[in-house]
Amino acid sequence: MTLYPLKNPVLIPYLKNIFNDVGNITLFTVRFFKEVVRPPYEIKEFFKQCYTIGYKSIPLVTITGFIMGLVLTLQSRPTLAKFGAESWLPGMVALSLIREIAPVITALICAGKVSSGIGAELGSMKVTEQIDAMEVAAINPFKYLVVTRILATTLMVPVLVIYADAVGIYGGYMGINIHNEVNLFRYFSQVGESITFLDIFPAIIKTFFFGFFIGMIGCYKGFTADNGTASVGKAANSAVVTASLTIFIIDMLAVQVTDLLF
Amino acid sequence: MIQEKINIEKNTASDSEVPVIVIKDLYKSFGKNAVLKGVNLTVNKGENLVILGRSGSGKSIAIKCIVGLVIPDQGEINVFGTDITKLSNHELNTIRVRIGFLFQSAALYDSMSVRENLMFILRRHATDLSSEELETEVLQALENVGLAEAIDKMPSELSGGMRKRIGLARTLILKPEIILYDEPTTGLDSITSKEISELMLDIQKKNKTTSIIITHDMECAKLTGNRIVILKDGVIHAEGSYETLEKSDDDWVRSFFI
Repeated sequence: MTLYPLKNPVLIPYLKNIFNDVGNITLFTVRFFKEVVRPPYEIKEFFKQCYTIGYKSIPLVTITGFIMGLVLTLQSRPTLAKFGAESWLPGMVALSLIREIAPVITALICAGKVSSGIGAELGSMKVTEQIDAMEVAAINPFKYLVVTRILATTLMVPVLVIYADAVGIYGGYMGINIHNEVNLFRYFSQVGESITFLDIFPAIIKTFFFGFFIGMIGCYKGFTADNGTASVGKAANSAVVTASLTIFIIDMLAVQVTDLLF
Repeated sequence: MIQEKINIEKNTASDSEVPVIVIKDLYKSFGKNAVLKGVNLTVNKGENLVILGRSGSGKSIAIKCIVGLVIPDQGEINVFGTDITKLSNHELNTIRVRIGFLFQSAALYDSMSVRENLMFILRRHATDLSSEELETEVLQALENVGLAEAIDKMPSELSGGMRKRIGLARTLILKPEIILYDEPTTGLDSITSKEISELMLDIQKKNKTTSIIITHDMECAKLTGNRIVILKDGVIHAEGSYETLEKSDDDWVRSFFI
C-alpha cells in the first residue's frame, strides 16, 4: 500500500505552488538588494512611505499597545497575588511586552494593515497598467515602488514596536492602579530594574526582519499580481496570510538564535 | 495574404521614407497560444500607421514589444536603427525616452494629481530644468491638450475623455519622436473621439512625430492614418491606405469598413 501516492492531484500542485513562490520571492529579494544600492535614490518617496506606514499606523498601535499592557497586567495579577509576588508585576509585564508580545502583535497589525495595503495598491497599479506606464517612461518601477516601501517597513516596524513597548508598559501601570495605587516613578523604576540590554537588543533586531518581510511580501504579491481586478483582492489577502505566517516563523527562529548567542 | 498597393494621397509627413521602426519576423506566444506568427512591418518617419484587427489578434502585444514591455520569442525590432531585443534595460531606457506610449486606460498614477503625473516623468528626465521651468513645461503640455484648468485635479475627478487627454499630455511631455497609441478612443463618445483623433493629427503635424495607432474606431483610422495594416492570425493580412482597403476584393478586409 502506498501511503503517499506519487500523483496526488491536490498535494503535488500545492507543493509546486509553494516552491514556485519561495523561488520567486528569493529572486525578488535578490533584485531588491541589487537595486537598493544603485542610484538614483528615491528619497522623497521613501519619506512619504515612512509617513504612510509609520505615522499613520500610530493610532492603531497606540490602542493595541495600551490594551496589551492593561490586559496582561489584569490577567497576571491574580496568579502573582497567590504567591505574594505582586511586586514582580511591573517587571513581568515589561519583559513579556518587550521580548515577545509587542514585537509579534505590532508586526501582525502591520501585516494586516501595511502588507495588505501595499499588495492591493501595487496590484491595482499593475492591473491598470500604471506600472507599465512607469516602465515605458524609462522610470524603474521596482526602485520607485518596491525598494522605497521595503526600506520604509524595515525602518518603521521597529520604531512602531518600540512605541508599542512604551505604550504597553504605561497600560500596565494603569492596570496596576485599578487595584493598588502605585507611584508612576516607582513603577518605571521597577520596570527599569527588571529589564536588561539583552532583553531589548534581540527583540529589536528581530523586528527589522519582521518589517523587511512585511514589505517584501506585500510588494511581491502586488507587483506580480495577474491581470484582472480579482487579482487585486487576491494579492492583498495573500500578502496578509503569507506575511503573518512568516512573522511566526521568524519569531521561532529568532528565539533559537537568541538562545544560542546570548 | 493580400498586399494592397500603398496609395497614400493624404500623407504629407512621410515624404522622407526614412524607416524609424522596422519589425522583422516577430513571433510571440503565451503558452500554447501563438499570438504573433511572423509580423513584418516598417514605419517611416513622420508617418501615422494604423493597425486594425479583431480583439486578441495581437495588436497591443506588437506595440508592447516595441517598447520592451513584452519580450518577443523571436524576431528583430529595429527602432532608430537599433535592435531593441538585444539591448540591456539601461540601454533600452535611452530608446524609451524617445518613444511615447498612450495606454488604453491612460494609466494615470492614481495617487498623484495631474500636475504630479506630468512632473513625475519630467523631473526625472529633464534634470537641467529649474522648478519654474518644469512648471512652465507642465502647463504648456496641458494647454496643448486644452486642459490647463485640470492641473490640480486628481485622476479620479476626471472624465474618460479628460483622462485620455491628460494621458496624452503626459506622453508628450518628453517630446517623443515616436508615439504608440493603444486604442486612444475606446470608451469615448463620438464627439470626444473625434476631438482626440484631431488632437493626434495636430500633434503629428506640429511635432512631426511618427505614430502607430491601434484602434477599432474607423473614424479615428480614417482621420489619423496615413497607412493602415490589418492583422489576422498573427500576421499582416492587408496593407494600404484607408481608401484602398475600403474597396478591397477581400470581404473580410471590407468588413472593417462597413
